[in-house]
Amino acid sequence: MSLPHSAPLLSVRDLKVHFPVKSDLFAEKRVVKAVDGVSFDLYPGETLGIVGESGCGKSTLGRAVLKLIPSTAGKVVWLGRALEDASKADQRALRRDMQIIFQDPLAALDPRMTVGAIVAEPLDTFEPGMAEQAKRGRVVEAMERVGLPSHLINRYPHEFSGGQCQRIGIARALILRPKLLVCDEPVSALDVSIQAQIVNLLRKLQAEENLALIFISHNLSVVRRISARVMVLYLGKIAELADRDEIYRNPRHPYTQALLSAVPIADPDKERAKKRVSLTGDLPSPIDPPSGCVFRTRCPIVIEKCHTIMPALEPVTDSHTVSCHRWREAIELLME
Amino acid sequence: MTASQDLPAWKTGHQGPLLVVDQLETRFATPDGSVSAVNGVSFTVDKGETIGIVGESGSGKSQVLMSIMGLLPHNGTSTGSVQFDGREILGLRREELNKIRGTQMAMIFQDPMTALNPYLTVGRQLTEVLTFHQSMNPALAREQAREVLEQVHIPEPGKRLDMYPHELSGGMRQRVMIAMGMLCRPDLLIADEPTTALDVTIQAEILDLLAEQQAVTGTAIILVTHDLGVVAGLCDRVMVMYGGRIVEQGPVRDIFYDPQHPYTRALLLSMPRLDDDLSGDLPTIAGQPPNLARMPPGCAFAPRCGFASDQCRISVPPLREIAPGRAKACTLDRLVA
Repeated sequence: MSLPHSAPLLSVRDLKVHFPVKSDLFAEKRVVKAVDGVSFDLYPGETLGIVGESGCGKSTLGRAVLKLIPSTAGKVVWLGRALEDASKADQRALRRDMQIIFQDPLAALDPRMTVGAIVAEPLDTFEPGMAEQAKRGRVVEAMERVGLPSHLINRYPHEFSGGQCQRIGIARALILRPKLLVCDEPVSALDVSIQAQIVNLLRKLQAEENLALIFISHNLSVVRRISARVMVLYLGKIAELADRDEIYRNPRHPYTQALLSAVPIADPDKERAKKRVSLTGDLPSPIDPPSGCVFRTRCPIVIEKCHTIMPALEPVTDSHTVSCHRWREAIELLME
Repeated sequence: MTASQDLPAWKTGHQGPLLVVDQLETRFATPDGSVSAVNGVSFTVDKGETIGIVGESGSGKSQVLMSIMGLLPHNGTSTGSVQFDGREILGLRREELNKIRGTQMAMIFQDPMTALNPYLTVGRQLTEVLTFHQSMNPALAREQAREVLEQVHIPEPGKRLDMYPHELSGGMRQRVMIAMGMLCRPDLLIADEPTTALDVTIQAEILDLLAEQQAVTGTAIILVTHDLGVVAGLCDRVMVMYGGRIVEQGPVRDIFYDPQHPYTRALLLSMPRLDDDLSGDLPTIAGQPPNLARMPPGCAFAPRCGFASDQCRISVPPLREIAPGRAKACTLDRLVA
């Protein structure tokens, strides 16, 4: 759990990632605002869940925090030091404390390398010259920590199932004992029965190693399982950010309410009796986001003000912020 | 449900279920030998009913659909029987099948981008069904296509007819697929993970749409999905598949509130839910789903089952009736929740 009084591991301030879009020769230059002014803190050992629909910028945000893609504006402060000010070499050195795992576990592994070589690769990069014997010991240890029998060390990725490949990815990410692990849809490609195994494994590793997680997923049930705090993104902006129980029990943003009410519940009576907040239309193009509040084109309780004024992130409680002009009355209005 | 108003005479004479699948076996020839994807699956679908087939990857759930529709790849063969409206359709020649497919039974797929032809406009793809199957004149077909797009809540339907699939969003494309499936008001709609590729708010809309269309047309639906929540909301009956077989089937409430196969129960427990208790770990199913090329001799679930006996590892337990309308393939007498 988070310890608010300790210093944050990571502070992200007004981060923007804009991608240029190819356009006609004489046309005005246009950009996709994939991430547009996101700020948050992450404490050691804490899990921040990032949810949102496809195109909301959640994966871009995860990568930008690690500086795997350059940001357009804003700051990422790692243990008091702005990564933007660090040299490329320093950024590389800092990266041993920040690792990432991906959605498609097989695609993230080199098919021509053995599991042992894959898991050892970060050691080759950050601790070159380590004796083979010692390296092997570290690899075996990392494999066992994620529940992979060490006798599989000479096998190739294609010999493993999806769940096991994800374990290999986790072993590789954790062999340097990082402080932060970004998980980008880590269970979305896995079968339900395997998802639970991986979620439990991440929770166990986090508790054992005081690892901070940024857990990016479109699956709100999985995020609820693992997160201490949850951020809801919409078109590159934070719609709502709050402690887990707060956001699931007391969602304030109409988008959060729509998202939560759309999740099908595996219980026929509850699912059929459920009241749903339905949205109209599709996600607008991030090249041409709506004026005012970016959510207004799909919002069921939109008012005049939303067309012109972008709502600021307002505090609901100390640990709950929301970006909506009507957050005070949203629940009542939507449940009518 | 009634769906008999404008059915041809030869059809209205048929009583009984709309679809009867009996001892369906589907095998694929692979470089490593023959792989069995579906092993003796039998079930029926009544008119207007919605059946859910749930299972993990490799459970054979999609291959059951492909076998019914006659859409297996060249290395796949099916044996057994599939009767649609009283008529055997398994092994029917392509020309014969094409008279049924698209008109009396239609299919929608998981990924609308790959199921739609990228070179043809939405209008062209929609009207093709009508001009081909019902020899309708193009202007009338276009009008009908516009109407059906309107029914699936596509804004500016007239304009969309002239668009190509890539110009539409994922949710919009899936709506076009549903429109296409529903265009001829089929008696049976087969939906293979129709909302898996979609965002959750769009998924909710599409599921509503399916239910809404069904209420109008009385179409029976077979819905294949791995999402138990989707099944809970939409289906009347559920079949749970594992390792190419049905391991449990029954009415939706029975399956969710009183699962009787250890796999069904474990699957329900291992799924994180918005309303579950967060203390402690999620219950998991140890091990991996079975590899179809190396199936164990007995029950496919035995290696992962907490109740497995020696008998389970030797012979496959048959699917047996445990209550009216309920069956399971397990030797256990009764599973208490």
